[in-house]
Amino acid sequence: PQTPLLWVIREQLGLPGTKFGCGIAQCGACTVHVAGRAVRSCVMPVAVAAGQPVTTIEGLAPAGGLHPLQRAWIDEQVPQCGYCQSGQLMAAAALLAANPQPDDAAIDDAMNGIICRCGTYGRIRRGIRRAAAAMAADRETDDG
Amino acid sequence: MGKWTRRAFIASGVVTGGALAIGVAIRPGDRRERVAGLVAGRDDVLFNVWLKLSPDNTVTAIVPHAEMGQGAHTTLAMMLADELDADWEQVTMQEAPAHEEYANYALARGFALGDRELPVFLTGTVDGFFLAATKMMGLQITGGSMSVRTTGQYAMRVAGAAARAMLKSAAAADWRVPASELETVSGRIVHAASGRSAPFAAFAASAAALDEPPAPRLKSAGEFRIMGRSPARFDVPGKVDGTAVFGIDVTLPGMKYAAVRAAPVFGARVASFDPASVQELPGVRRVVDLGDAVAIVADGYWQAQQALARLDVTFTGSGNENVDQAGLFRQFSADLDRAEAGGGFDTDVALGDADSALERAERIIGAEYRVPYLAHATMEPMNCTARVANGACELWLGTQNPLGFAKEVAEALDLDVDRVTLHNQYLGGGFGRRSFADYAIQAARIAAELPYPVKLIWSREEDMRHDHYRQAGISRFRAALDSDGTPLAWQNSYLDKHDPEEAPHIPYAIAHQLIRYTTSRTHVPWGFWRSVDHSLHAFFTESFIDELAAAAGRDPYRYRRELLAGRPRFRDVLDLAAEKSSWDRPLPAGHGRGIAIHESFGTIVAQVAEVEIVDGRAHTRRVVCAVDAGFAVHPDGLRAQMESGIVYGLTAALFGEISIRGGAVAQSNFHDYEMLRMRAAPAIETHILNGGGRTGGGGEPGTPAIAPAVANAIFDATGTRIRELPIKHHDLSIRDLEGADVA
Repeated sequence: PQTPLLWVIREQLGLPGTKFGCGIAQCGACTVHVAGRAVRSCVMPVAVAAGQPVTTIEGLAPAGGLHPLQRAWIDEQVPQCGYCQSGQLMAAAALLAANPQPDDAAIDDAMNGIICRCGTYGRIRRGIRRAAAAMAADRETDDG
Repeated sequence: MGKWTRRAFIASGVVTGGALAIGVAIRPGDRRERVAGLVAGRDDVLFNVWLKLSPDNTVTAIVPHAEMGQGAHTTLAMMLADELDADWEQVTMQEAPAHEEYANYALARGFALGDRELPVFLTGTVDGFFLAATKMMGLQITGGSMSVRTTGQYAMRVAGAAARAMLKSAAAADWRVPASELETVSGRIVHAASGRSAPFAAFAASAAALDEPPAPRLKSAGEFRIMGRSPARFDVPGKVDGTAVFGIDVTLPGMKYAAVRAAPVFGARVASFDPASVQELPGVRRVVDLGDAVAIVADGYWQAQQALARLDVTFTGSGNENVDQAGLFRQFSADLDRAEAGGGFDTDVALGDADSALERAERIIGAEYRVPYLAHATMEPMNCTARVANGACELWLGTQNPLGFAKEVAEALDLDVDRVTLHNQYLGGGFGRRSFADYAIQAARIAAELPYPVKLIWSREEDMRHDHYRQAGISRFRAALDSDGTPLAWQNSYLDKHDPEEAPHIPYAIAHQLIRYTTSRTHVPWGFWRSVDHSLHAFFTESFIDELAAAAGRDPYRYRRELLAGRPRFRDVLDLAAEKSSWDRPLPAGHGRGIAIHESFGTIVAQVAEVEIVDGRAHTRRVVCAVDAGFAVHPDGLRAQMESGIVYGLTAALFGEISIRGGAVAQSNFHDYEMLRMRAAPAIETHILNGGGRTGGGGEPGTPAIAPAVANAIFDATGTRIRELPIKHHDLSIRDLEGADVA
């Protein structure tokens, strides 16, 4: 029960898309959603998450499709080594769910916890703005 | 020069499973006259494949390099596909296996030329190209910003061109038309006069029976259809949906997990520990003494880590327990003093007579710079999954040097190298770190004790404290200026030379130059770190030239420009960065602009950094980067590598410091080895200049110039000259001329 959620996800559930980076909630590579909120799974005991819905990168998109952020990540060719990108995408998805049109400061605040050693920060900013615009356009289409 | 008497080699087309394969075979008894006499061995066969053309017209580029985000897999496939005139939609790639024909270390080691140069009659022929590429691939190292400029130029393009020529010949024979009337368009052979057209695959079998063209004509830049564009990278989709498999993600049936703790002081050994103290903890299977480290194997990684944290281990002394950072720098300084007093230097560059020029000089400017050790801190900590059974070892990991790893693991386990098989995965960052085999050797030695496979994962703390570090060091300068402030002499004395040798060279027209170094031994393990020696020398040389410009009272951009009058490529890159940054546009108070230019790995990069000083801290707001790599094969990829190199170098310049305390690394994780994060990430603009000529590298050249560009910008904003990194240690509160705080 004290085992961090990260290792249960990776080893017991066999979902390796969520990554181990630091083990002390400093790098954000392990970011997943618990009840819709972005959390660092490397320091969250699995008991704390018990009974709550957990979403990992494998569950970000509807089956067979892509989340608008994933599409934007491909359009902007965001990833390099790619290791941090599950965490980046999960943090960005939580941001857009809470704040569909984030300004630069909101993006910086939401994403500051996720380290990228390849320096893809500029492309991540562009990807979030692109996905936000695409999601807004989708909502307009739905409303129309 | 030794006589060139190794093996023969021919480029070869063969049909395997219905696919045309183009590559190079090294085999005895080459019948070609000119090389026949050079054949020595009669037993070795090595066949490397670069290109496969399948019956469904799919073209597969076989890429002998690891993908760590630099885009090598895609860019090399583009180079092959363009020369072939393939349809990019039908092109895929496969990473060359790190075993059998691609990784037979004994063959690779003994192969061909050793250190000798190619015989002149072979350069420019298909044999010559492939030989050069295969020689490199015998090492199969991903590093040195080499993939595009060597494997790409020498193997991928030539294989594509050779295959195209062979397919045309085969079609010409089949259709009974002159090959000169045939064209290749998007994966098809076309005969305009008769209106006939067929996919490449229709001629795969007949093409394979033909001799390869001895020197296939390569396209000129104007003929490129794929190179110079920026198609989406092959590896990106798997990196946005969690399906990309990194070394740490590999799972084998029955696999257990290992955590490890090595002696914190480099060189120390395990003295004692009590396995019984952790044996009863949940999940624990084994405690393994590795001599210089202890590993715990458990059913889960968390269990292994928890047990390791509870295990008391004592380590032997190594004589290095009292080494600390201040003592190391005293040693560096003393060793430089000694060399200066006693002439104990090795010489890099000696132009003119710098000593006399300095003696005669009206004005001498001197400065000393210091940089600390740096860790790589790849996002994916070191890890390796190993299985040792039946006298063989299999490894799953990310590595920049598969053949070197196989050899080292074989030696550690006392196996023949062909009993070691590596399965290379995506690398969660390399930056040079994954060219050192320590983690693979550990995993193999642990697995050798166990009847099941084991995945060894280093904690972040282990990763940071047992890296191979970019060297710390000191560089001293003296320059003589004439009455206009123009430099007449440049004298540079520094510590510890590694690689590349030209890293401390300067492009400036200074008549008298003396660049020299001495060595100061430490017990801290050294490693290749993105751009290697360039990472520190660009900071040294481009800061000091800025000091000379300031001493001369001249604009630092124009001062450099005048000294680059004879180096038009440098001048063009410098001009582009200055122009795009609006160099002459005034900045608000508290802001500063700095410029730096440096060539590395055949690529010239100039950067202009803009900083803002807030509460005594420098914030890098914007970086304008100009780059000339000869020709940008994948422009967006080159831009991405500049962005990446800049962030990597800026992180080090602002925060990077590994310090030694009690003989061990004091830092342990990202809270005390800080990384640049989103809030501090500057806006980066990259402008590409295709200057032609030799193709340069892309993965590393973005890194060197950023530290001096930012340091020079800080000088512009504050008047404070940064002579020691990292910048975080400097109080940059803006002072007026009397030194009083005005902030």
